[in-house]
Amino acid sequence: MKLSMFSSLLLLTLPFSCCGLAAEAAAPSAASTYVPGDFGPPRGDPIKAFLTSPPHVPAPTYRNYPAKVVVELEVIEKEMPISEGVTYTFWTFGGTVPGSFIRVRQGDTVEFHLKNNPNNKMPHNIDLHGVTGPGGGAASSFTAPGHESQFTFKALNQGIYVYHCATAPVGMHVGNGMYGLILIEPPEGLPPVDHEYYVMQGDFYTTGKYREKGLQPFDMEKAIDEKPTYVLFNGAEGSLTGDKALTAKTNETVRLFIGNGGPNLVSSFHVIGEIFDRVQQEGGTRIQENVQTTLIPAGGAAIVEFHTQVPGSYVLVDHSIFRAFNKGALAILKVDGPEDKTIYSGKEVDSVYLGDRSAPNLAAVTQATKAAAAGKLTKDEQIKAGQQLFAGTCSVCHQANGAGVPGVFPPLAKSSLLAAEPKRPIDIVLHGLTGKVTVNAQDYNSVMPPMTQLNDDEIANILTFVLNSWGNPGGRVEADEVAKVRAQPAAKPAAAH
Amino acid sequence: MRALASALLLLATQATGAEYLPLPGGTFASVLPADAKDADVIVLPFRLRTEPVTNAEFLAFVNAHVEWRRDHVASVFAEARYLSHWQSADALGANALPAQPVIQVSWFAAQAYCESEHARLPTWSEWEFAAAADATRSDARKDPAWREQILSWYSRPSGTALANVGGPANFYGVRDVHGLIWEWVDDFNALLVASDSRDQNDPDRLKFCGAGALNLRDRENYAVLMRVAMLSSLKAADTTNNIGFRCAMPAEAPR
Repeated sequence: MKLSMFSSLLLLTLPFSCCGLAAEAAAPSAASTYVPGDFGPPRGDPIKAFLTSPPHVPAPTYRNYPAKVVVELEVIEKEMPISEGVTYTFWTFGGTVPGSFIRVRQGDTVEFHLKNNPNNKMPHNIDLHGVTGPGGGAASSFTAPGHESQFTFKALNQGIYVYHCATAPVGMHVGNGMYGLILIEPPEGLPPVDHEYYVMQGDFYTTGKYREKGLQPFDMEKAIDEKPTYVLFNGAEGSLTGDKALTAKTNETVRLFIGNGGPNLVSSFHVIGEIFDRVQQEGGTRIQENVQTTLIPAGGAAIVEFHTQVPGSYVLVDHSIFRAFNKGALAILKVDGPEDKTIYSGKEVDSVYLGDRSAPNLAAVTQATKAAAAGKLTKDEQIKAGQQLFAGTCSVCHQANGAGVPGVFPPLAKSSLLAAEPKRPIDIVLHGLTGKVTVNAQDYNSVMPPMTQLNDDEIANILTFVLNSWGNPGGRVEADEVAKVRAQPAAKPAAAH
Repeated sequence: MRALASALLLLATQATGAEYLPLPGGTFASVLPADAKDADVIVLPFRLRTEPVTNAEFLAFVNAHVEWRRDHVASVFAEARYLSHWQSADALGANALPAQPVIQVSWFAAQAYCESEHARLPTWSEWEFAAAADATRSDARKDPAWREQILSWYSRPSGTALANVGGPANFYGVRDVHGLIWEWVDDFNALLVASDSRDQNDPDRLKFCGAGALNLRDRENYAVLMRVAMLSSLKAADTTNNIGFRCAMPAEAPR
């Protein structure tokens, strides 16, 4: 969605050259009463709306006159993955969760066609929060499978609006993924940015537990109790991580259209390591600046913008944080570009700080250090010391149980990488790892920084602990092996990306 | 007495071989209360076809009543997709096996078929009465397992081939009430779940035909409610990939 000056100019001029339409007057001439946002009857030829699947956003309308815009949206009931090895029968607007992104301009007359795929089982309708009228269109769009409904509305209010299905039982239709966003641009358009992305949170209720394999049916009891099995961005765990992560370069402006379909939860939307420069809270017109976390109601949306300065992986979360790490509400924005040490240095100093709790916690480490100094360090002592050190340094990302976070942080438990190359982690810990790596048949593409703050003994102990835990092959890493690798330059990545 | 009735019944419907079984009726807590608030409905004793009508049976019907063949039917009685999954107007083909339930049929066609068996479509209350049963109880609706069975069908995507009729019999000996197809009922267009399901207490509802005032009594019973919603989205000439039917008759006069 990079908008070069040339292409914006080209697109801006096109409507004039082809249709010869003048810009609209400030107020409608024909209307007897002034209706804000009504810029008069549609002009020019009808335009077929170009809809996009998440996380993509259609290009701006680049129009300065009200048009008739035809939107065609098809409801499709289909089985799709909700997590690794887990599927769910989603009900979708346009085949994706969230549904297709719709972009029109304030004052446009929108002719809406809702199609219900003949293979569907259920009747559906649509309530667009951007519609002024009873039910937001729901009463006019109740559609049986194999049929199509049409209704027309004028987009009077600018902003970012949720749409959703409102057929009984509404909660179940929404809970199955029937929501999306419609952007009604202000007449002058939104300020140009480098990237626009479409992300929408939703809560899901399955009869099986979190990550229980197979096709999982909807669980009405859990939905009524508001106890979701999954809380997700864009309808599936891992939908925006790894190869599917959102991307930007340093020194760019990113605009996120963030919606929340619910059906139940309110989102505390946060991007770890970024501050939102501008937020249109609740999708409204006023702009709030310098926001850390913005609340997005169920059935609401916001526009957030920020400028990227420091390269790295930025994690999008619902800061009701168990949802992020235990229910899936996690996405990645990967920012590439040169470091700027004046803004963020990376780790500069790591000195030992032994607080009150260090004595019991790190007793095993002390014991190992003494034994190593005496030249009598046993494998068992190494494992115990490594366990303590792992909890402090490694478990933040790789998790205390070594399971990692799918698509984000590779697992160390039963790791195919460790089984194949038990000594390679020495290099990874010392020199870091950037780029694609495949562990247990899943690709990871993120950044682990070098752990140079750890000394040779500590790394040897941690890796010995890892090799002897969670079904890994066992074995032992000695401090002098670590010292040798430390003296070498970083190994070339096995598979460049 | 009952055996005699059954024997007579079999004689009456021998033309198609369809089996009808008696259901006792009674006062019944329908999801659509009789007075739009909380009154039970009264279901008179009736007989219900044990199985939905199959492709083979419907083919025999259209061959005998050519005005219901898809190439003859008046468009006011059946939309363009009527029986469109059949290979031709008078042959089933690979997408419509003889023992599968017939689908893509309009309400008018279903009603006409039932008349050919000297029967009619069941009312919603009759259908709901029969559907409240599980294998061992006449009313299993409070049992979560009963609801799960319905929901698991909803969460199975369409597009895969339908099973043949002849699933397990319920308490009354009726088969395939849940888990196979939607079924037309005689008064489908009087159910009228509001097209926007959230305005149940809107005074506007009276602007619809009288039955629109019917309210849903048991919101918890959303599994059945979804069937009502489905039926109320249809018009009588409509057909869908999942809608078929079975027929009903009044109870036999006591002898």
